[in-house]
This record gives sequence, structure tokens and C-alpha cells, in this order.
Amino acid sequence: MNSKSTTSASILESFKVLDLTDEKGMLCGKFLASIGAEVIKIEPPGGDRARNLPPFVNDTPGPGMSLYYAGYNTNKKSITLNIETEDGREIFKKLVKDSDFVIESFSPGYMRKLGLGYPELSAINPRIIMTSITPFGQEGPYSQYKPSDLMCFAMSGLMYLVGDPDGTPLRISVPQSYSLGAAEGFGSSMIAHYYRERTGEGQYVDVSIRDSMIKTTIGILPECEVNDRVMKRGGAYWVIRHKPNKMLWACKDGWITFRLHGGTFALATNRQLVKWMSEENMADDFMLNVDWENLDMDQADDELHRKFEEPVGKFFMSHTRQELFEGALARNIMLLPVSTVEEVANSPQLEFREYWDEVDQPGWDKGIKYPGAFIKASETPCVKTQPASSIGEHNEDIYKGRLGFSNEKLALLKTANVI
Amino acid sequence: MQSKALEGVKILDFTWIAAGPLTTIYLAKCGATVVKVESMAKPDGVRTSPPYIKGKAGLSRSMQFSNDNANKLSIAINLKHPKGIEIAKRLVAWADIVAENMRPGAMEKLGLGYEDLKKINPSIIMFRSSFAGQEGPQSRLSVTGTELQGLCGFTILTGYPDRDPIPPWGAYTDLTVPALSVGMLAGALDYKRKTGKGQCLDLGQFEASLHYLSPALLDYFANNRSQTRNGNKCDYAAPHGVFRCKGDDRWCTIAIFTDEEWNSFVKAIGNPSWTSDSRFAGFVERKKNEEELNRHIEEWTINITAEEVMNLLQGHGISAGVVETAADLLQDPQVKSRGFLKKLDIGEGETLSHQGLGFQLSKTPYETSTTGPGLGEHTEQVCREILKMPDDEFIELFTSGVFE
Repeated sequence: MNSKSTTSASILESFKVLDLTDEKGMLCGKFLASIGAEVIKIEPPGGDRARNLPPFVNDTPGPGMSLYYAGYNTNKKSITLNIETEDGREIFKKLVKDSDFVIESFSPGYMRKLGLGYPELSAINPRIIMTSITPFGQEGPYSQYKPSDLMCFAMSGLMYLVGDPDGTPLRISVPQSYSLGAAEGFGSSMIAHYYRERTGEGQYVDVSIRDSMIKTTIGILPECEVNDRVMKRGGAYWVIRHKPNKMLWACKDGWITFRLHGGTFALATNRQLVKWMSEENMADDFMLNVDWENLDMDQADDELHRKFEEPVGKFFMSHTRQELFEGALARNIMLLPVSTVEEVANSPQLEFREYWDEVDQPGWDKGIKYPGAFIKASETPCVKTQPASSIGEHNEDIYKGRLGFSNEKLALLKTANVI
Repeated sequence: MQSKALEGVKILDFTWIAAGPLTTIYLAKCGATVVKVESMAKPDGVRTSPPYIKGKAGLSRSMQFSNDNANKLSIAINLKHPKGIEIAKRLVAWADIVAENMRPGAMEKLGLGYEDLKKINPSIIMFRSSFAGQEGPQSRLSVTGTELQGLCGFTILTGYPDRDPIPPWGAYTDLTVPALSVGMLAGALDYKRKTGKGQCLDLGQFEASLHYLSPALLDYFANNRSQTRNGNKCDYAAPHGVFRCKGDDRWCTIAIFTDEEWNSFVKAIGNPSWTSDSRFAGFVERKKNEEELNRHIEEWTINITAEEVMNLLQGHGISAGVVETAADLLQDPQVKSRGFLKKLDIGEGETLSHQGLGFQLSKTPYETSTTGPGLGEHTEQVCREILKMPDDEFIELFTSGVFE
């Protein structure tokens, strides 16, 4: 077979990725790079638009200063190439010849129009895996829709489920749809990779960001199809199993997440909570007398929820998040604090796991921490995070070193705005 | 028949609830043989989630369970029975991957920790998904994605800055990690095929999920700013929001990033006089007067349906999308054209549309072919076909309660 031998302990070491994505797909290439691939980000002259996305280091806009870009483009090389020119396309095809993956997020049809669709690329290199990441996939009535992360979030069904019941549907403030679509691109490209290594055959992977997001709406589709019931947002409550179940609770200095579950699944947690409340004389007769073992949430009515929420709500209000978290850890209660970003950054659990990678980005006045390995692999660990590259940082390296272009040719291509 | 990408891959699946089963379902749909291990004493918790076939509760009647476990085989093994552990270990010898998402320590207690598995099958890949990873001061806490989304920061980052945060629906982090797990698993399978080496994969859902919040985390580390929720606003677009439309609880998004899009928008809505106000000329002005801008826009959207807003604006090259409900999704023409939902007979004359994956593979398409298995539905089949167990042994084990 056509497979490459892997001797080093990094899954995609010796594999090459050409990454044409913008903000819609850039996290896909980051994950491929984090398991060892050489990812070459191909940007149009002037750079990827995502380099202008806030927030910026020291709140100073500039092409090397976007934290949004930096976070999602770690461990990638960068070259500039204008694939809308004839020369650019020829260069791209040369690069495809000895690459293993091409990932892109242009409007469906764009690559085909340039003569760079999967049929053309696979004719050059039958091993190539080409992955397209777009809002709705390559075909269908919405495929040419003008994209936004907000739109993908809304059309996935998730947005209708987030917010106050009588208020506007909401998104999560840090854009999620493109990132989840890109992750789906990573997972599916790797499935295609396994097949390619086994058979020598590459293939085309068509990712739909919206379809990737629909999966987060767990529960709503069967409920609608079978019971004709449209679940909707419930603010602090998860409107599930007929009755709203409170998941967000106020405490002394913020909020915690906790949910009343029934039956054996939550027996230990419910008993521990009652025990803790009794120790502080805060368990009322209702809490002390619930038959937790036979508590069936399908049968729970509003009255039961109200009787539960009152003493529990009071108990939580008498403690800080930290006190509740520590109590939960000591007693194994299914409860976690609603953290601020600052608290996530200072989590003792993440510190214990040595999660953060310290990264020195050239041009910034200090090194900062980045999210580290998304998984700990004993034999093939994720590579350490390296900073995102500046625009065209590897032009010489790739064009001269790999493709053998002369200085003269490089100068000509620059003049013609090809690179 | 077309071949499947993961044909021949063998998975022994101890996962339950969401984050685990929603990982192994990718593998099952792409052709791997997934043997799900449960017992009558400890069934997958989703088996008791409604809706049920004919509205009647039962361990093999949950529609959600079927959706989450399509294409998998189910074996019932009583892991408290010494012979039960023995059967599990024989399946470990068969498997390429052992997957689990129990509380850290639980597999070790059963004698099925990574060190134990390695002794049985030196090239085994053990995939472990847990809330915070296998070790650390918080790792042993039992929690679900419902709580974890709060710890990760998704909750504090959802809602309006001056009001209580809003937890995203359900168990958000259970749904953000499966695609990442799948990518690593496919890679580990390839590595094993080439080198003969297995390994232990330890996924902390907390750690994996934070990758979706990188911009906010980096903003903290670089600028010492602890970002918070900002409704539906976006720093680099105005308008950027969700607008109430005609009908009961109907909404449409509108996002405008450039002057060109703004000009198209003005034209699309028929050049109303307010649009020529200098307070809306240029991005900086629109951003400054965003609340008022949104009010004007909603005066327009409230009189037409969300679908009309979307169709009209998309026709003018502006990003707009209906805030879809479950009912919308079941009728959505794009969802239909992708074949994302696959209707399967689920028994007793009922059908259920099973959700697909977020991608299509041109040469090895995934398939949703069988409904989620009844508890223990394939116990005999797995014993005979995979373990090559003689009839008398199966009967002996069966009668002594090993398969309960």
C-alpha cells in the first residue's frame, strides 16, 4: 500500500496540510498541527482577513496583534499565494503534489471555478484528502447563503434554546459555530486519513457547520417529531422532560450550576446535599423526607420543584461559589461554580494537569499562556504550542527551499502580486 | 456496497450518557464494529430518557437512546460477577479500542484500568473521556456537561452584561468534545496499524472545551481582561443581532460587516428615511448608535415573517438566518437535501428520524443503518461470533446470571 511509515511519536509527523481556510475553518488546521502535521497556511497577499479580528494584544489593532487569529492558528507556517492568478494556481498544484490534506472554507463552487476542485486535485495526487468547511455544505438550497457565525448558531436550533423564555434568543458571546464546524472537519479528515493510509485512496470531505451544530441541540428533535412538542429556552431552567429543571442558581457571590436529577443516577449526590444542609440546619422537612431513591423526574410536578428550589436556593445563597465548590469536591455532589474567565485561567485543576502552554509570540511584549493539549496521549502526545506565523513568514522556506524557485522568480512573482 | 472508512475496526464501548456514546457513534456510522457494554443493574442513563416508543417507558424504548447509539451492538454483562469480568477481558483481547467515560478510578476498580488492559492486549488503545482528566485535585468529582459548561466559562459568557448569565442548552460540553476525540482516535488507530503500538488517551472535557473559548482566554492572559457576556453583539459588525419577526416567538438574525452590505441592506428594505440619518452612516456611527439602529430594524422585521426576512436579505447578499425551532429543522429544505436526518423503523410501527454526522465522505459515506440496540440485544451474537463461545458455555454463563 501507499502508506507512509511513521517512526516518530507524533501522529501526523511527516504529513503535510495546505490550509486555505479563513475564520470558518482555521481551528481545523490548528488541531491537525497539534497532532504533528506540517500545516502551511496559504493566505492571499495582504493576509487572511481573520488577522483583523479583535481582541488585540494591548488593545492595539494590527496584523500580528489579533488574539482571535493567534489562538486559532498556532503551529502553522504561513505563505502568501494568490490562487486567482494563473501562476498562483500552478504553484498551488505543485504544492498539492506532495501534500496529504487540503482544507478550505470558500463559498461552495469557488475552488471548482478556479480549476482547483477535488477532481483536479485528486488527478494531481490521488492520495489527497480535500476538506471543505462551509455553513451548509457544498450543495442544497442554502449552500450559497452569505455566512456568519451568528446565522449558523441560529439555524442550528441551538439559539432558540438559549435565553429567557420571553426574551430574545441568544448566542454564546465567543463565536462557537465556526469552531465546532472546524472541529468536525478535523474529526472527519482524520477518519478519511485512516482510510487513505489503509488503501492509498484520498477522498473529498464536505463539512456542514450548521449540521455540526445541530447535534448540540440534543433532545429537541425526537421530542418534536414524536410528541409534537417544540422545546424552547427557559433562562436559568432546562426545559426538559415536561418540567423546567433549574440549572443555574444564585449564591452569595455569583452563580453555580446544579440540577435535580432523580433515581439511582443522583442518589449519592442528593443524599450528600441533604446531609450537608442538615449539618447547617438548613434542610427543611421536605428535604429530609424525600424518597430520593424513588424520585422520578418524569413524574415531578411544579409543586415538587418549588418545594425543592426553596430550601436549596436558600442554602446556596448562604455560601460563596468557592465554599460550594469545596463542599461539592469533599462530598462528591454534582455541582460546579459558574467561573469567570479569570477563574478558568487560574484553575488549580488545569495547573495540576500542566494544561497551559507558555508561548512567545514575536512582536508581543511578553509571552502568554495558550490552551494546551486537547487530549493527553501516552504514546503520541500533542506537540507543544508554537506561535502563529506572520504573513508570508515561510515564503522563502517553501518557495525556494521546497519548490526550488530562484530569487529572480520569487521577485517576479512578488511584482505580479502572486505572492 | 460501498466500503466504509473504518471497516474492520473493533471497539469495546463502556461509555454512557452523552460525551462517550456521541463519540463512538461516529465510529459506528463509519463502519467500525462497536460493542456496547451495559448491564441490567447499570444501563446507559439515556435509556430512561423520554420520548419512548408508544409513550411506554422501558430500557429498550427510548428514542433519544436510539438516536445516540445507532449502528452499535449491545451486550449485557454483569461486571459484578467474576465471570462477567472474564467475558469483558476476552472482548478486550478482541478490541482495537476500549472506550469509557466513567468517573476516574471506576475502571481500575473493575480491574479494567489501562495497566490491566495492556496485559491482556498490549496494543490496545484505551480512550478515556472524563470531566477534568484522569488526575488532579478535582478529577474525581461526578458531574455532567450541564454543570461543566458553567466551570468552563460558557455560562458567564452567555446573556446580557447587566443581567444574570444564561446556561447554554443542556450539556453543551458533551457535544463540543466528540469530534476532537474522534480525530485523535482515528489517528491513534492509524498509528497502531503502522507500529503495533497502542496507548492511553486521556481526554478532559474541561481542557478540550476551552479551545472553543481561546479568544477570551488569550484576552485575559494578554490584556488581563476577564471578558463577559455581550448579548448578541459583535465588536466588528453593526447591526449584529436577532430581530423579532411576525408570528409567535419568531426571530431572524441579521449581521452586517461592511458598508457594501449596509448599502445592499438599505436597498433591500426599501430605502426608509431613517437609513439616511447621519447617525447610521459608516460603521463607527452605526456601532455607536446600535441600540437605536436595532429598534428601527425591528420595526421593519416585526411585520414580516422570519423566512421572508431571511430570503429577502440573503437575496441581497446579506447574512440573515431564521432562529430555527425543532419543528423548523424537521422541515428545513437544506437539512432534507443533505440527508442529515434518516428515518428508521424503531419498532411497533413507529419511526424516528436519526441525526447524521456533520460531514459527508465522497468515497466512504457514513451510514445510519440500525436503530440503537435493545439492552443485551446482541449478547448471544457477540458471544458466538466474536468470542466463538461454544453453546454449552454460553448457556452455563447465561443461567448463572453473567449476562444480566
